[in-house]
Amino acid sequence: MSPYRFKSVLTLLVTGTLAVSSAHLAFADDDDDDHERGKDDWFESRQAPVVNATYSEECGSCHMAYQPGLLPPQAWARIMTSDALIDHYGDDASLSEELRAEISAFLAANATNVSQQMIPGDASNPGATSGGLPRITASAEFKDEHDEIPARLVTGNPEVNSFSQCNACHQKAAEGNYDERWIDIPGHGPWRD
Amino acid sequence: MKRQLATALPTVLFSASMLILSATPWAADPAAGAAGWLKEYPQADGSKPRSCTTCHGRDLTQPGQHANTGKVIEPLAPSVNPQRLTDAAKIEKWLRRNCRWTIGRECTADEKADFIAYIKTQ
Repeated sequence: MSPYRFKSVLTLLVTGTLAVSSAHLAFADDDDDDHERGKDDWFESRQAPVVNATYSEECGSCHMAYQPGLLPPQAWARIMTSDALIDHYGDDASLSEELRAEISAFLAANATNVSQQMIPGDASNPGATSGGLPRITASAEFKDEHDEIPARLVTGNPEVNSFSQCNACHQKAAEGNYDERWIDIPGHGPWRD
Repeated sequence: MKRQLATALPTVLFSASMLILSATPWAADPAAGAAGWLKEYPQADGSKPRSCTTCHGRDLTQPGQHANTGKVIEPLAPSVNPQRLTDAAKIEKWLRRNCRWTIGRECTADEKADFIAYIKTQ
């Protein structure tokens, strides 16, 4: 899919989402940088909050409960198989079948359908990504948003350690707010690009 | 009547104690649990040796920290965190996951009982 088609889909979604979020837009208007970045970036900076108590409890007990919209349904499905949960990015996150089914259904229903580009790596070769499982941090969109950040501020920063620790820098990541105004990189401070 | 009670009482007490014993056929040993808690297990994949303290720390009245994600783990000691050891399903889930991750296999019933006995004393 070309970047232009991706943007047009985003624009459609932004139009729908703006209507219910005018309060935030009023705030965003105060930020000159948001003006420059445009509406597509604004859309990406907001994720629907996580609203499933089981998901928040089971997944959120070890790491931030990433918003389902950060990955497409195919990626969540691969992460949520029984075998994959036993080796969950190097940890054992195995669940009872009942909980696994409930969380899988929640993720599938709330995953992003915006773009196939959100599938990290080669979608036709599911084993191609590192560790065999999809990673939010491996998506083209994620990399594009973070490519100017020096490694020393993240992987070389003991208070952050990894790009997967969204909430180490994005103060409101748990609420689904990745807006630039809420970035505070430990030991560094706000980030402006 | 009184005599009947006097003879029946030891029998009742004995039966009751047998019931409790049969409910815990293994002797849960806090000291063994403590030793198991500190024991380090080398990892086949070359990562650092792991023990329960890797994430929970040595002092169970203090918070721990997840080894990979850094997320704070609330204290395990029931003395400071009364919610601990109140949910059987949670206990089973975490012992299953954490034994596999730390030791590389599921714990035996004895080992699990020892861990719980140790945590209870904290």
